[in-house]
Amino acid sequence: MTAPAESETALEPVIGLEVHVQPITRAKMFCGCSADYAGAEPNTHVCPVCLGLPGVLPVVNEEAIRLIVRTGLALNCGIAAFSKFDRKNYPYPDLMKGYQVSQYDLPLCSGGWLEAEAEGEPFRAGITRVHMEEDTARLLHRTDAATGEGYSLIDVNRSGTPLMEIVGEPDLRSPEQARAFLVELRAILRTIEASRANMEEGNFRCDANVSLRPRGAEALGVKVEIKNMNSFRAVHEALRFEIGRQTAILEGGGTIRQETRGWDQQRRETAAQRSKEEADDYRYFPEPDLPPLAPGRAFVEEIRAGLPELPAARRRRYRALGLSAFEAATLAEARDRSEFADAVAAALPFPPARAAKLAANWTLGEAARWSNEHDGERLDRFPLTPAALAELIALAEDGTITGQVAAGVFARMVEEGGSAAGIVEREGLARVDAGDELAAVVRRVVAENGKAAADYRAGKTAAIKRLLGGVMRETRGRADPNTARELLERELGA
Amino acid sequence: MSELWRLSAHAAGEGLRAREFTAVELTESVLARVEAVEPRVNAYITRMDGIALEQAREADARFAAGTATPLTGIPFAVKDLIVTKGVRTTAGSRMLENFIPPYDSHVAAQLKRAGAVMVGKANMDEFAMGSSTEHSAFGPTANPWDTGRVPGGSSGGSAAAVAAGECLAALGSDTGGSIRQPAALCGVVGLDPTYGRVSRYGIVAFGSSLDQVGPIGRDVEDVAAILDGIGGHDPRDSTSDPAPSPDMRHYLGRDVRGMRLAAPREYFGDGIEPGVRARVEEALARLERLGCEVDTDLSLPMTEHALAVYYLIAPSEASSNLARYDGVKYGLSARGGSMWENMERTRAAGFGEEVKRRIMLGAYALSAGYYDQFYLKAQRVRTLIAREFRDAFARYDALVTPTAPTVAFPRGAKLDDPYAMYLNDALTLPASVAGLPALSLPCGLSEGLPVGLQIIGDVGAEGAILRIGHALERDLGQANRLAPLP
Ligand SMILES: [Zn+2]
Repeated sequence: MTAPAESETALEPVIGLEVHVQPITRAKMFCGCSADYAGAEPNTHVCPVCLGLPGVLPVVNEEAIRLIVRTGLALNCGIAAFSKFDRKNYPYPDLMKGYQVSQYDLPLCSGGWLEAEAEGEPFRAGITRVHMEEDTARLLHRTDAATGEGYSLIDVNRSGTPLMEIVGEPDLRSPEQARAFLVELRAILRTIEASRANMEEGNFRCDANVSLRPRGAEALGVKVEIKNMNSFRAVHEALRFEIGRQTAILEGGGTIRQETRGWDQQRRETAAQRSKEEADDYRYFPEPDLPPLAPGRAFVEEIRAGLPELPAARRRRYRALGLSAFEAATLAEARDRSEFADAVAAALPFPPARAAKLAANWTLGEAARWSNEHDGERLDRFPLTPAALAELIALAEDGTITGQVAAGVFARMVEEGGSAAGIVEREGLARVDAGDELAAVVRRVVAENGKAAADYRAGKTAAIKRLLGGVMRETRGRADPNTARELLERELGA
Repeated sequence: MSELWRLSAHAAGEGLRAREFTAVELTESVLARVEAVEPRVNAYITRMDGIALEQAREADARFAAGTATPLTGIPFAVKDLIVTKGVRTTAGSRMLENFIPPYDSHVAAQLKRAGAVMVGKANMDEFAMGSSTEHSAFGPTANPWDTGRVPGGSSGGSAAAVAAGECLAALGSDTGGSIRQPAALCGVVGLDPTYGRVSRYGIVAFGSSLDQVGPIGRDVEDVAAILDGIGGHDPRDSTSDPAPSPDMRHYLGRDVRGMRLAAPREYFGDGIEPGVRARVEEALARLERLGCEVDTDLSLPMTEHALAVYYLIAPSEASSNLARYDGVKYGLSARGGSMWENMERTRAAGFGEEVKRRIMLGAYALSAGYYDQFYLKAQRVRTLIAREFRDAFARYDALVTPTAPTVAFPRGAKLDDPYAMYLNDALTLPASVAGLPALSLPCGLSEGLPVGLQIIGDVGAEGAILRIGHALERDLGQANRLAPLP
């Protein structure tokens, strides 16, 4: 079965996303164990509390509360003056206490939104709530090599690490919007340094709810929950598939079953996991081991004051400076990139719009290439300071050096350090203008490339490129290409 | 030196400090007493003779070094839901029969720090659910006053051990009367502190919003000294009071003239045995003679709802607290079949009838569609009960009531009638539901068995109730009463 393309039917998809995000905290949510267990031996980041031994009690990690409030504020949520933790009761071997400490009816953050752009169209999507909970242990399923029998091991390292659940309103209307929502959410979380927000690493997990309804209708259709999507691409593909599946059923006169379906990456389809008819009763009740949370105004305002500029604001600022939508989005998506470009622009002796354009070109070009070649290294670790790069850009812009020389100097600076002006000075890389030196080079190149010269004179004007290349080679790129071309044309025409 | 086990903790402390005897001699005396009477009483689930003697030697070293505290060298019984590192902690359940904790509860650590001696882990109703210590997977505990009768519960092992001389003092836990009612039935003193006074870290949870650890001793001075040793803020318990705990002994030996007491009518109703009522009324007359004002007209109409509130909230919390016992990680594991079958079998085999009853009661009260009408309503009524008490404490320093409606009842008498068993706690539940401190102390005998008197104080007012209790105890002249067990 293949996914039918999004149909032009009178049916409209309604999509809501639920994202679980692991915030960056030193300690777990309710104990002092290190939350940085990636790569650690199983069951080494554990203590009586996160093992759920008889008698233990939770203590709230204030760092995690700060991060969720930060997240809530960045998502334009209201922060509850009175919030609390609740127990979500369900038995499962990965749940050490037999209940998960979560938040039920009074989440810390609610009523927010984010803005993003899909297929050139800006949109705003609501955030129902952001609440705090604890993660479960991890079950590792094994098969006994001798008997062939299955068994499971439990790694408790993840148990009790903090999780933020971000619930989006069913405001998304296409898989493209869903992907844009996730990209924007990830950008915000990274910008405010709340989470690494990496789906592949498992610290950003997404479930989707999707239903269809006749275009223009108010009431929502029967929704299906999709799980098991491990990348943004998977979310997009799974939603496309699911919309197609539901469309086919509805157009065929069928009805949608309310159920949970899993995305099968290999088969590229969703498959029923379990029916919602056997709905779980989690028997929520207020966690008696924790007093209510009452984040004070001062606490919230202090966090708000410490928020960095958010991606949407960065995008608006770049667009106002004349950058393209793509440039603005690409810079704003990563705070290190955006701040690097801003610092370069600030160091350039040009008007803001021109400085921004140049900074964006170099940041998204040379600097981004360096980052890609270094395993996605952040630009705050880039070997050139923004000021050093700005100096180089200025030399190229004011004509002291040619573009070709600038690229070479850039590579030297990355490898060896040093200032652009120093390298140009030491190596004699200043641009060669119309003068005796360049005129001599031009004459020599024409004389040594008789065939190219003859071709040009015979009307194959493209042959000038070979001659120009020769001039650039001879001058180590120092010649201004336009001047060199003029001199060549004059020489050939003579 | 013979029969050192007869001493109160503070008297033993004086003897130790005066070097009249050593902590090892005191502990050996207690261990011999345990050996002699334990077959009849069954106060302990796990005896710790070796550890006790080692701790006694360390205590003697502290006396020599001058670093002793008021609890140093005092032999304690510790209720078996108090987690003790390296010593199995069963909570009276088959489920935890072989559970050896890798950590110490706050109170166990405090006792160790103070240099106390741990004689053993005291018997209890399974997971503290019961009022007779008959619901223990390790056999019932007998009342040392009459071994055919129950010691009360759920801290029955702790109270019986104190009364029988199998320790000098004990720690129990109180959720709805589990310290006070057995203290009353065994003729000893028990204190349920204000909720939040003593850290619950390392207390096997039953009803988290109600559980509180407290002392059981032979007199009021002992329970005050023990509370000083275990009370105070613990950052590992977020419900523990951040304010420092006042020095409780400071309140002892003071005049009670002019203190305003009330004996609320609802606590002297039809269910109270005449002998119990008579002893409590005599005690109230004594308190009046000592200069207290006693009001017997006070009515607290919310009192009658405490039982319903308690039997919704405590089982609800318990149903969640006990979910971790699934046979996967520790404790009993009944293997075979699928994962779910394992869990079911483990819980079927590991929990006793009363525990299962309360888990089902609690799960029902929390379930969708019933939450509002049961759990939530109970919480609202709980607030009303607390408010009624608060209003009363604007006018009174303490409330005086019987602790239990009857003296110790024969074993098995109420086992088949859970509701009759629950009624035993009717007089202790209201203070628990409101998180108030309450003291039970003996106020005489009825039919040859001890009668307990309860003094309920305002939030944080342990000092006031200890002061009144101490004055009454002196006037009665019956401090350090041991059970007449040969
Ligand atoms: Zn831990």
